[in-house]
Amino acid sequence: MADHCEDDTPRGASEAPPERRVALIGNPNTGKTTLFNQLTASRARVGNYPGVTVERRIGRMRLPGGAGAVALLDLPGTYSLTARSPEEQLAIEEVLGLGREAPALVVVVVDAGQLVRNLYLVLQLIELEVPLVVALNMIDEVETPPDHDALAKQLGVPVVPIAAKSNRGLDDLRSAVARGLESPPLGAVAPTYPAEVLADADEVAAHLPEGWRRGTQTRDRALALWALGSVDEHDELRGITAELRRACLDAQARPGRDHDAAIITARYRLLDVELAATAGVRDAEGRPAVRRMSERIDRVLLHPIFGFVVFVTLMLTVFQSLFSWSNPAIEAIEAAVAWLGGALTSRLPPGIVTDLLIEGVLGGVGNVVVFLPQILLLFLFLGLLEDSGYMARAAYLMDRVMRALGLHGRAFVPMLSGCACAIPAVLATRTMERERDRLLTMLVIPLMTCSARLPVYTLVIAALFPPSKVFGFVPVQALLMVAMYLFSTFTALAAAGVLGRTVVKGRRVPLLIELPPYRMPALRNVVREMLERSASFLKEAGTMILACTIVLWALLSFPRDGKPAAGNAEPPAIAQADGAPRANATPAEGANAAEPKPVTEAEGADPRAERLQQSYGARLGKALEPAIRPLGFDWKIGVGLIGAFAAREVFVSTMGLVYGIGDANEGSEPLRAKMRAESNGGKPAYSPLVGLSLMVFFALACQCMSTLAVVKRETRSLRWPAFLFAYMTALAYGMSFLVFQVGSALGF
Amino acid sequence: MTLATEFSTSPSGTGGAANGDATMPLADVGLGRAATVRRVGGERGFRRRLMELGLVPGTTVTIEKVAPLGDPLELVVRGCSLSIRAAEARAVEVVPHEAGTGTSTADGPRA
Repeated sequence: MADHCEDDTPRGASEAPPERRVALIGNPNTGKTTLFNQLTASRARVGNYPGVTVERRIGRMRLPGGAGAVALLDLPGTYSLTARSPEEQLAIEEVLGLGREAPALVVVVVDAGQLVRNLYLVLQLIELEVPLVVALNMIDEVETPPDHDALAKQLGVPVVPIAAKSNRGLDDLRSAVARGLESPPLGAVAPTYPAEVLADADEVAAHLPEGWRRGTQTRDRALALWALGSVDEHDELRGITAELRRACLDAQARPGRDHDAAIITARYRLLDVELAATAGVRDAEGRPAVRRMSERIDRVLLHPIFGFVVFVTLMLTVFQSLFSWSNPAIEAIEAAVAWLGGALTSRLPPGIVTDLLIEGVLGGVGNVVVFLPQILLLFLFLGLLEDSGYMARAAYLMDRVMRALGLHGRAFVPMLSGCACAIPAVLATRTMERERDRLLTMLVIPLMTCSARLPVYTLVIAALFPPSKVFGFVPVQALLMVAMYLFSTFTALAAAGVLGRTVVKGRRVPLLIELPPYRMPALRNVVREMLERSASFLKEAGTMILACTIVLWALLSFPRDGKPAAGNAEPPAIAQADGAPRANATPAEGANAAEPKPVTEAEGADPRAERLQQSYGARLGKALEPAIRPLGFDWKIGVGLIGAFAAREVFVSTMGLVYGIGDANEGSEPLRAKMRAESNGGKPAYSPLVGLSLMVFFALACQCMSTLAVVKRETRSLRWPAFLFAYMTALAYGMSFLVFQVGSALGF
Repeated sequence: MTLATEFSTSPSGTGGAANGDATMPLADVGLGRAATVRRVGGERGFRRRLMELGLVPGTTVTIEKVAPLGDPLELVVRGCSLSIRAAEARAVEVVPHEAGTGTSTADGPRA
């Protein structure tokens, strides 16, 4: 069963295994996640709903009085059950158990300060005969709390006032849930719909799929209303039979029908008139305190000048934290991995198993763990921005700009994070609700100049471009660096424009966001989410990165010296095409070889350089040479490109090994000298033009297996990482080709 | 409190409110002036969500702010802030309340 697919049972699990399930639903910004965290003490299992890329969190909630425990499912925040996309459809499928098991009870979280609007969802659930408990949250924020007893009587379901953040009323809620599981509370309130709407609904109800029915006529009618309000020619819903669709379209086509307005207005009339009369339910007469405070804050944060100052400052802080504050932690991880590698090397017998263990497995683990500092930091910031209510303001401020680019307002933070590293940035796309927006953002993030490209640019610029000045004072080298940033940003935005109109078309949905009141973020929630996200990254993307590291290691270290693999004793003929590569292997003394993993300093020996030069990877590089010649690259760069697949900066150390320089980094003068001295029939093989072509290639190519691994994880498909790799490689090849060929023709 | 007893039964796209008051697009009402919703138009999914968020005929709505870059708008409906773009606000027909004068006790829940 889906909710038992992961085996890490939360602590405190002692009850019998066939667990009853309770679902938690509510509008966005109602404190639903806070409540979920409070009710489920231990870590939640984070998984995915089948068929959609929406996160599915399940925790265990204890009930009072020996009633045992239940599995609590946290549904995505939603204003209504009507749906257009499979993601929106999830709510009704889960709540009613369409095509899956229905929960035994549903807890609806309702914001006491936004009562009428929140009760709209409650009303829908009651109409569908879902057993319900209403949690009236943030009761501490309203000045005159609604009469919850009267409300409960009116609705026919228990209403429990709570304040999830300060743990108030949660015991009452647990008791209400325990009672609700004993005798399911079905509501007793129904809007008065116009006769013709009811007639249409009954007609549609006759065509409902058999699997949706549970007997009662009222429920069938409510489902028919859902279908009337959701189905149209353009919806992307799942499991709507042709018969049902036809019935809905027929009903909608009848003259004078406006089902949406009729249904919604009827519900609001019930809420506004009847509930207001009996239960004193009214929305904000004047403003509640939180709103007044928010308004004052917004006067600054949405101010035409100060608003942007704050926005830019916040964004720079996020960026700076990823770009440099995470460095000490990253370096510590790298040092620890290197130290461990060294310690193991000296203790284990030399040989292939040891190498696999240290360079493949340990290196791979290092490749995964090294992303953690940035992921943790980014999710810390995202959590704070989201929970405080600022994220919605950022989307509001930037909508004009982002819309022009065809991107979602919330794509800003992920794109910016992409300038530090694509891995956390891709994970951050989850702040967008729609799959199309997430996908589009994910596909362009890897084009932003991530920090792993900098060592490559630094090496190439320092080695191949003379330190001259433009206009007498602008250093060419710095100018090139800035140009690379501008180039990649521009390309990413252009790619968003093109991909958004072609590959990930989808309907454009008009902007509609709620600007929730500012609230103090609950640090516990933020930290919990941060840890859950990181754990799921380690588990899911981590294994893939590890596997890729081992494959790459094998590619660059086999065949072993003196023991070439069977049938491959002779390197392919093209191997000798470019002079004698082995002649370059003049080992630098006492070198620490950096292997294909982010520049670590594993204890190593020079034979590695030689081994690399004879490896399958090198052969592949040589085999690639005819293909990359038109870009100005030779086989050595080809090998570097293969090594760089582990992580872009590995290009530098791989080039070092190709040249037999052990501990090369981007500042390494011997490597620069070698590259400069490389000749091709008297002329330097690596001209500044080759350097430019190489940088363009690195700017555009998806030289990063970890990016592909997280995109695979986030999209739950192989198709999108494959597409990402294909389009970026094609773009890189095309642009480098253009740069080199046009440059050569112009005589550079 | 009198709530809209009338809701348009005409399909979206055709003008509706056969009501004495002159309706105008919400986008044109101007900042800070309350108005009563008569009819919500626009693309189906968007229109539905907007109404589900409480912007139904009879409700009072105010444009509270315009984003610094000129779009989107911030609306206050039922004490809650929503943001939509001016283009979509053009499809919402409203009857503005008297400006300035004390007739602020219009129908619908107050913003």
